[in-house]
Amino acid sequence: MIELNNIQKSFGEVTILKGINATFKPGLVNMIIGASGTGKSVLLKCMVGLEQPTVGSVMYNQRDFSHSTRKEQIDIRKDIGMLFQGAALFDSKTVEENVRFPLDILTNQPLDEKLDKVNQVLDRVGLTNTNGKMPSELSGGMKKRVGIARAIVNNSKYLFCDEPNSGLDPQTSITIDNLIKEITQEYNITTIVVSHDMNSVMEIGDYIMFMHQGLKLWEGSSDEILDSEVDEFNDFVFANNLMRSLKKLRK
Amino acid sequence: MLKSVGRYFLFLGSLFKNRESFKTYVSLFFDECVKVGTNSIFLIATVSIFMGAVTTIQTAFNLVSPLIPKYVIAIVVRDMVLLELSPTIIAIIFAGKVGSNIAGELGTMRITEQIDALEVMGLNSSSYLVLPKVLATVFMFPALVVTSAFLCILGGYLAVSFTDVITPAEYTQGIRYQLNEFMVIFAMIKAVTFAFLVSTISSFMGYYTKGGALEVGKASTSAVTNSVIAILLADYLLAQLLAEYLISF
Repeated sequence: MIELNNIQKSFGEVTILKGINATFKPGLVNMIIGASGTGKSVLLKCMVGLEQPTVGSVMYNQRDFSHSTRKEQIDIRKDIGMLFQGAALFDSKTVEENVRFPLDILTNQPLDEKLDKVNQVLDRVGLTNTNGKMPSELSGGMKKRVGIARAIVNNSKYLFCDEPNSGLDPQTSITIDNLIKEITQEYNITTIVVSHDMNSVMEIGDYIMFMHQGLKLWEGSSDEILDSEVDEFNDFVFANNLMRSLKKLRK
Repeated sequence: MLKSVGRYFLFLGSLFKNRESFKTYVSLFFDECVKVGTNSIFLIATVSIFMGAVTTIQTAFNLVSPLIPKYVIAIVVRDMVLLELSPTIIAIIFAGKVGSNIAGELGTMRITEQIDALEVMGLNSSSYLVLPKVLATVFMFPALVVTSAFLCILGGYLAVSFTDVITPAEYTQGIRYQLNEFMVIFAMIKAVTFAFLVSTISSFMGYYTKGGALEVGKASTSAVTNSVIAILLADYLLAQLLAEYLISF
């Protein structure tokens, strides 16, 4: 479980996050949504330690990540996997080396064991026999799958996904969404997805948190979205025809 | 400007703070040695042979007094090669090839979030990525300078063999004549200093790239420009500091 306690983040005079409180539970796909520039990515960076919150703390299973020593942080980071917007695969390494990388860095397992684990997660994400390929030889969807494989190879308890569908066609987006959902349930991971794709939100979101101008304005499940009475949230959600039609149908 | 210099020194500090295990760096170090050293040999060799040949011919055309023995041409070439051409000119060429490569590689890793990925895994990304590059450059560049000096002198020999500016025997005599061994030490001191400057400045420029492809290009250009300025400045300072030893050695 991840808890956010009054997370505030400022860059100089500009305050991006204005006190976010939230709880993300394991086995659920927790989605952070909002328009561009509302602080979603900054919040995600604060959660994974790429940014230090100005005020507040991020708790991983009651362990304060934001105010812990580097050694303690590394201990927590062993349980964190992250899928970046562009997958962030290491260009000079093969698929196998990319996926094996966290095991090489964070564990002392023998090579055979590591390779078994790599093959197992590559099978899981549907990329059997791609071990020797370079990232430049992969499609956008395949890169994302390798990114997911790398994120879960070390039995991560927390999976962070930054815009997992960006740059993907609708069909591949659904595949990636489903993969994230399945993996979350299968391994009982606490998954946090930053997105502004409403299709994904409706498809896989178990808990949804809406951000607007650095504040959490709404939270709930995908079933509750259509009944929301927060204007800013409704403006965001019902900006596309599909969602408007869905609301009409519901009425 | 002052802020950038401060950040540069903080960056240098971060390379040695929270380092990874020794084992982690070993394979990275050898990979970098190949990239930085072995892959530069062809360029360095080509430049050195021609530089030596041209220096020999031009010196010969400028030292035409009957009072000066012909072998002095070779002495001038040798001293120029050891003191300036091999360490400094090769360092400038090296900055163009390796410096831009380091900045481009790190800049691309930054904008494609690969550096963030390393940080999320708990690695000290600057130490993991940059320290092997700095160590490999400091280790390999002196070897390249030695190779370059040898090839420059060989280039001069080939030039005198194909022309009649001086005889190969006179050239060999001059090359061997009263060598001040401190020149070699001086060249190595320069090589280590320049290697450190090129690798750290280029890494600094690349590591802190922000934006997109355009900024990666700018980082590469800045890496080369700043490295060259730093090389020339360090060259002047080292000349001031060590010239005294050179005379008294």
